Amino acid sequence: MSRMGPPHGGASMPAEKAKDFKGTFRRLVSYLKPRRKKLAAVFLVAILSTVFAIVGPKIMGMAITELFEGAYGQLQGVPGGGVDFGVIGQILAILAGLYLFSSLFSYIQQYMMSTVAQDTVYDLRQDVNKKLGKLPLMYFDGRPNGETLSRMTNDIDTIGSTLQQSLTQFITSIVTIVGILVMMLTISPLLTLIAVVSLPLSLFVIGPILKRSQKYFSSQQKNLGRLNGHVEEMYTGHQVVKAFGHEAKSNEQFDAVNEELYDAGRKAQFISGIIMPMMTLIGNLSYVLISVVGGILVTQRAISIGDIQAFITYSKQFTQPITQTANIANIIQSTVAAAERVFELLDEQEEVEEVTTSVLARAKGAVAFEDVDFGYGKDLLIENMNIDVRPGQTVAIVGPTGAGKTTLINLLMRFYELNGGRITIDGLDSREMSRHKLRQNFGMVLQDTWLFNGTIRDNIAYGKNGATEEEILAAAEAARADHFIRTLPDGYDTVLNQEVSNISQGQKQLLTIARAILADPPIMILDEATSSVDTRTEILIQQAMNRLMEGRTSFVIAHRLSTIKDADLILVMDQGKVIEQGTHQQLLDKDGFYADLYHSQFSEKVAV
Amino acid sequence: MIKILKNLSPYKWVVLTVVVLVFGQTIAELFLPTLMADIIDNGVIKGDIPYIWRIGGWMLVVSAIGAIAAVFASFYSAKAAMGMGRDLRQKVFKHVGQFSLQEFDEVGTASLITRTTNDITQVQQVVIMMLRMVISAPIMLVGGVIMAVSKDAQLSLVIIGAMPVLAISILLILKYGMPLFQEVQQRLDGLNLVVRENLTGIRVIRAFNRETEEKARLQGANRELADVSIKVNKVMAFLMPVMMLVMNMTVVAVIWFGGIRINNGAMQIGDLMAFIQYVMMIMFALVMASFMFVMVPRAAVSARRINEVLEMKPAFTNDGTAKADRRRGTLEFEDVSFYYPGAEEPALSNISFTAKPGEITALIGGTGSGKSTLVNLVPRFYDVKSGTIRVNGVDIREASQQEVRSKIGFVPQKSILFTGTIADNIRFGKQDANQQEMDHAASIAQATEFINQIEGGYAAEIEQGGSNLSGGQKQRLSIARALIRKPDLYIFDDSFSALDFKTDAKLRKALKNETKNATVLLVAQRVSTVVDADRIIVLEKGKVVGMGTHKELLESNEVYREIALSQLSEEEIA
Repeated sequence: MSRMGPPHGGASMPAEKAKDFKGTFRRLVSYLKPRRKKLAAVFLVAILSTVFAIVGPKIMGMAITELFEGAYGQLQGVPGGGVDFGVIGQILAILAGLYLFSSLFSYIQQYMMSTVAQDTVYDLRQDVNKKLGKLPLMYFDGRPNGETLSRMTNDIDTIGSTLQQSLTQFITSIVTIVGILVMMLTISPLLTLIAVVSLPLSLFVIGPILKRSQKYFSSQQKNLGRLNGHVEEMYTGHQVVKAFGHEAKSNEQFDAVNEELYDAGRKAQFISGIIMPMMTLIGNLSYVLISVVGGILVTQRAISIGDIQAFITYSKQFTQPITQTANIANIIQSTVAAAERVFELLDEQEEVEEVTTSVLARAKGAVAFEDVDFGYGKDLLIENMNIDVRPGQTVAIVGPTGAGKTTLINLLMRFYELNGGRITIDGLDSREMSRHKLRQNFGMVLQDTWLFNGTIRDNIAYGKNGATEEEILAAAEAARADHFIRTLPDGYDTVLNQEVSNISQGQKQLLTIARAILADPPIMILDEATSSVDTRTEILIQQAMNRLMEGRTSFVIAHRLSTIKDADLILVMDQGKVIEQGTHQQLLDKDGFYADLYHSQFSEKVAV
Repeated sequence: MIKILKNLSPYKWVVLTVVVLVFGQTIAELFLPTLMADIIDNGVIKGDIPYIWRIGGWMLVVSAIGAIAAVFASFYSAKAAMGMGRDLRQKVFKHVGQFSLQEFDEVGTASLITRTTNDITQVQQVVIMMLRMVISAPIMLVGGVIMAVSKDAQLSLVIIGAMPVLAISILLILKYGMPLFQEVQQRLDGLNLVVRENLTGIRVIRAFNRETEEKARLQGANRELADVSIKVNKVMAFLMPVMMLVMNMTVVAVIWFGGIRINNGAMQIGDLMAFIQYVMMIMFALVMASFMFVMVPRAAVSARRINEVLEMKPAFTNDGTAKADRRRGTLEFEDVSFYYPGAEEPALSNISFTAKPGEITALIGGTGSGKSTLVNLVPRFYDVKSGTIRVNGVDIREASQQEVRSKIGFVPQKSILFTGTIADNIRFGKQDANQQEMDHAASIAQATEFINQIEGGYAAEIEQGGSNLSGGQKQRLSIARALIRKPDLYIFDDSFSALDFKTDAKLRKALKNETKNATVLLVAQRVSTVVDADRIIVLEKGKVVGMGTHKELLESNEVYREIALSQLSEEEIA
């Protein structure tokens, strides 16, 4: 996207720096390679456009000189005096042509660059897209989604707008600086010296101002962040703030941060606001000097009157590209930093390569853990674990909250790799088959119901590629979801909104069950937890889950006593580890953690 | 927008100063070309070098004056704009602070946050731009035209002809460009949505082997965004070249017609040169002015959103003065009904019950049955439609909201914690609590163990929203926060949901001793949580459909039995 709005005062936020500028930059350039011909053309027209624009004032000066001499001659009564409009017409025609082509080329450059920039952005995003498919779950679990999201959108966007705007600006700025310098030298080396001397002067004056303004800008940004944080907290916690009578204190804190923000903001705006006048003053200084010295030179016939006009125009145009390059240097720096974050993502370690020596079609559902070792880091959570589940059996996983029950899911579905031992499905090592085939044999209904922005029909159909209408309806029916779907205004065509807030939590769960029923896998992983579900829907969910478990090997994160008691095997987990396993009776007899847990949970009810 | 700008009125003298200063600065700028024309016409052509020096000196003085004016203008414009931003933020924040939950429901918390932060920043930014550039643009425009006319009225016709051409072409480009910008934003949101879904649903996508389809979906969103971005950039590519072309062609025309004028002796060469510079100034002013067409509508949207908030009045007033301590530890509902604003059906109707010290009153029922609504009425987050609620024997409308709330220990459904240490968060309930009180509250809330385990203990920092704690830990701290107040009335709005059964049971046991002299109102999903309550109120669609003990209700109440059966097996109930 191009940057809209009037140019800012030239004071920008301090740019963040890339760790490896050179390498990242080179890699970024490699993305432009497929478009190098177009890019070369862009640069060519950009240079042409700039050159034409730079020659303009010189030609204009010639016209003015011609005018002046003609008019002056007439005044002096020189024979044949008077302005020769033929010559002037010619000069002006050339000038008009130059400007026309300059604008035309400038347009062509921008026009072509938009394709170059956006195609590069597209390629980058596609690379990230492909990469996301190859990253192991460990990557996603290990960082907030917002971080990955921001790399894919904001960071790549930054690269896009830099390509669109700043890259060619950088080139034209440099061409302009060199070109103007050359043109000025052809007019008068002395005047050029005056114009150039203003440069270090402006750097000398602007440099410290810029530094201070950056300091205040980052302090402004920091305070704004603090203030936003406070507002967010107080608003989301409004109920609590009021319940505990904290309004006054909250206002006090707000006022303090607000005042600091005001202070920093005022200073930042003030300082950045004086950069322009300072530049103008220095510009005017050289303008005056050029007028004076130029005037003297003209009286000495060293230069022509049109040259002064040209020179003044040049000197006015001179400072702009210089501040621009300074700005762009900053922009490029933050762009490379953004690119580095994107490349970091692209360089993340990928999932272990698949081996597909075993072919598993539809499993019967025997699952075995053989000497399984596993840990997320160096510490093993699971050591030498052995379980043997026959087709159609139910395994209940129990334990306090945060006991790491998802770990087992991660291993079964091969979201994570084992540290040792093996997991077999129907006797085949799960690492010797493709992930695709393995996962085809598993179904999953978790508490965290993931549905997407689309129709209910599409969300159910997600369970099976190319599901027919009948299959979808049958699945919904079996999942006890058909009824509520039909009560919705658009039935199966109801579009779930972005936050999926137009159906209740319990209804969402029914949909995920329907999805799993449609997928019809031989092995199921279920989470029984039904918090924030109303009791009647909960009954439906329970029925649907029972229906789902029929004839399948099931791993259930169990919350219901009946499920636990009837399970063929109970795995008791605590702090990430499987600490006990066995049937209900075996575990009660053992009088360990499970027995303790069981008594504390259910004794009261029994006592009533 | 204009309404928002009224907030500048405390700064009217500052703004006036800015206007005067910008005026001075612009006049100085406009004066320079005229002086230069004098140098050319009277100095250079006549060869009068001392004259050149003298006028040159004047030019320096004029530009220095301009610069000084600009520096002061910057100072005062920053002061006015940032001051207005500060005042506005404060005003909005204080105003929102008075809202009841009703207004929060109406606007939405997220929207209120944006309105207090981003929208105000947006407006503030536009105000500073206006003070800096928009004031100077018309002055520059008018001044430039006046100066041009004074140099040569006839030649000024060229400018008059060029101005609409420039203005119209800029507006035309913007007219085509702006809707495209909006589309870019929409498609960017679309891409964002797909990526977010891909990230949050990664397990499901992989479990269902849908990687290929998701990749294609993301690619589609990516392509759409790229296409419209290319389109908008191609339109915007016209902007600069067209502007430059019009300006340059105007200059060419000025030289041509100016040449004729000079040839006729109607104009001097220096004046022509000055004239060219005026043309450029006028055109730049026009460009600046047209950017306002981009900026103001954007800010106006923000301004309207801010005004909406400021114009909202809290639904009920806070003018009670009674002390709420007539009968400590009691809660009475007398024929209470409540409607959400705009709703046809009541959210609660004719609720009556009395709770005495040491009693536990439990609310159970399906989602939407009105449990949370009922507990939210007690601290007067909403106002009843009819009937009376008495806390400690006092009608809650007769005491101030602060007074009523000071008697209540409220544990909300969502455990909201604040940035700060664990101790800060527990002390949120009682600001002057000592360590002993904190230890006590934490131990009853079953939080001692994890606080001791966590690095830093009570001094451990909690991140915004409590993101570094688990759901159960947050819930326990939120309970401790209520306990430390030693209130007369405890409200637990489904506050044990993130606790496992074991902790839940321990906590309720410890709580019993703590609440001997107080009354407890608790909302629950699990039957196991309410079995030993003194009074269970079964709600359905805002009505009381049963009230009694677990045993009584099991025998007499169909709805309650259905709920219980869904959670416990027959033998457990018996």
